[in-house]
Amino acid sequence: MDHMFTLTGTTLTVHLPSEVDHHSTEQLQRETDRLIQSRNIRCILFDFGDTVFMDSSGIGMLLGRYKMIRFVGGTMAAINVKERMRRVLLLSGVYKVIDIYEGLPQQSKLL
Amino acid sequence: MRKNEMKLEFDSRSCNESFARVAVAAFLTQLNPTLEEVADVKTAVSEAVTNVIIHAYDREEEKVLVHCWIEEETLWVEVTDHGRGIADVAQAMEPLYTTRQECDRAGMGFAFMDAFMDTLEVVSAPGKGTTVRMSRHITHRNAEGPFDYRNQKVPVAIHME
Repeated sequence: MDHMFTLTGTTLTVHLPSEVDHHSTEQLQRETDRLIQSRNIRCILFDFGDTVFMDSSGIGMLLGRYKMIRFVGGTMAAINVKERMRRVLLLSGVYKVIDIYEGLPQQSKLL
Repeated sequence: MRKNEMKLEFDSRSCNESFARVAVAAFLTQLNPTLEEVADVKTAVSEAVTNVIIHAYDREEEKVLVHCWIEEETLWVEVTDHGRGIADVAQAMEPLYTTRQECDRAGMGFAFMDAFMDTLEVVSAPGKGTTVRMSRHITHRNAEGPFDYRNQKVPVAIHME
């Protein structure tokens, strides 16, 4: 499971699988929550670089993690978001609370 | 195109969600859809099947029925279960309404089906199961058949000196 997460300082990068659905998010959610609770994480980056499919289960996963990171005063962003994923993220309205980047934002390199 | 139909029955296990949407997408290819149309249909099917697994059967292992047919240039998908049913369909279809807040469900399932398909109809009663019927008209991308590069006039962009 280690290849799914990269921890750099207080930034946790979650490398999402190619298909983000109810099946793939169940374990991912558990593992992410375990990391958020056990480490001092201030920023979560969800990396959509490999993702070609996502349904509303993915939106639920993002919003759930957003609540957790907000609770500790942290931030969250979606990175490497391509056209299709952007459409799903926009339609669901999560762009209102989560920053969406087509590539990798400069700021994350500094963290 | 003549009417063409297929039926799938599978166990309500989460690992079958991807199977269901890929199978419907494969059936859809005969209408020569765009990539976006395929992606839209896959998302809608995934939502409907996930609802059955999580809500209708509450993770008990039962059967999910997916019935697809093509009429003219329209794909119809019907996802049926014999689970608990929905008491208030209108409420269930409201965006952000969910009975599974604790499981990090967004409450966007029906909203996504509605957004990605042309029509959406839900028939349900408590204890009687649920049928979700949706359709999507496929606009033909290549009305004159598949793309043939040999007949294309290629603008000469490279000049060799």
